[in-house]
Order: sequence, then structure tokens, then C-alpha cells
Amino acid sequence: MSNDTPSEKARQQIDANLKRVFREQEQVELPDRLKDLLAQLKASEEGGKS
Amino acid sequence: MTVDPRDELVVHLPALRAFAISLTRNGSVADDMVQDTVVKAWTNIDKFEPGTNMRAWLFTILRNTFYSSRRKAKREVSDVDGIFTENMAEKPAHDGHLQMTDFRTAFAKLPDEQRETLILVGASGFSYEEAAEMCNVAVGTIKSRANRGRKRLAELMHLDADGPVELTDKATVAVVASNGKSAF
Repeated sequence: MSNDTPSEKARQQIDANLKRVFREQEQVELPDRLKDLLAQLKASEEGGKS
Repeated sequence: MTVDPRDELVVHLPALRAFAISLTRNGSVADDMVQDTVVKAWTNIDKFEPGTNMRAWLFTILRNTFYSSRRKAKREVSDVDGIFTENMAEKPAHDGHLQMTDFRTAFAKLPDEQRETLILVGASGFSYEEAAEMCNVAVGTIKSRANRGRKRLAELMHLDADGPVELTDKATVAVVASNGKSAF
């Protein structure tokens, strides 16, 4: 194929793979520093208010 | 009681991290970038318009952070750990698994702009128009990046040959071998 766009079938396979890769990466557990980050931001704000 | 939009941030963290990893191809750099993004979003939450797409807003902050740090660095990151490809690179147990390893390796070879575009419109379900707004470029630019990225992936995966890639034991060995080396 020498045109600029891949075949429709290839495009569908690529997008299915993209979705799967992205979904799998989303399912990886967040590292603690990211899990704790929002709690820390919230706590520092509440600490500032009181 | 008004709803604090900051409570919604947590929902988007896994997607934000996945986007960061696909952009940076490096787990610890990605985590730094997600952390910066969350702090920026938290402190600038008044700039978020309630009712609009928070994920798009967060992705935009993250990509701006990425490109401004890339400009500052002005050199290629040399210690890429290939997390996006290596996650699946160990034991290719079955065909689906193998093909994913191959796909991740091919995806990691694309230029930043094409990887970004394909994650936005191919994987995350943003429209071309939304992606164009997030990347601050014309819709045609997004379409062209997506086309070029998909075409390159099709070439790397041999998808335009005859149907899906044949996955044989020989192919398994080849993929494992190639992932044993530096993917980049």
C-alpha cells in the first residue's frame, strides 16, 4: 500500500490494540506517591484554613 | 453544598498516568509529570469550567508540561526504561499476548506527536476536534498525525499484508530476543 492511509481493517486492528494497551496501562496500580498526593494536598489546605 | 471539582481528580489519575507513560516512555519521568499536573490542576482548579471534560483538561496540562520540559531539556532522554514496551515483554504465553508486545514495541518507535495523537483519538475516544484543541493545532494536523501514525504501525506490524500477523514459535523467539535488547 503506498497511499497515506492504512486499510480500514488495519486501522481497526491498530485502534483495538491502542485501546487495549491503554486500558492495560490504566489498570496498573498507581504508585503510593500518586495515591497519597491528593490526600496530602487536601490535608495541607485544611491545615492552612484552621 | 457545592461540589468541589477537585474531588473528581482522583477518577482520572489512572488514565492520566497511562497517557504520561505513553508520552515519556519512562515510568519515573511519567510519575513526576503526573504529580506536577495534579498539583497544577489542584491549585488552578478555578480555571476549570465545571461541566466541561476534566480528563481533557488534565491531559492538556500534562502534555504542556511534557513539551515544555522537552524543550528545556533540548536533548533526547537517554535513560528511557521502555516501561511501555517492557511491561509485557517477559513471557509471551499466547498469541494475543505476543501481538501486544510487538505492538507496544512498534508504538514506542513513533514520534511523540504521533503517539500522543493516537492515544487521544485512537485509545481514549477523544474526537479529532477535541484532540486538536488539546494540542493547540488544526484539526487537519491531528488527522494527518493520526494517519501517519496508523500507517507506520501498520507497516511495522505488517498489517497491510494478508490478514493478521502469523504468530509462530519462531516469531515468539524473535520478539523475546528483540525485547531483551534496548527497545530504543
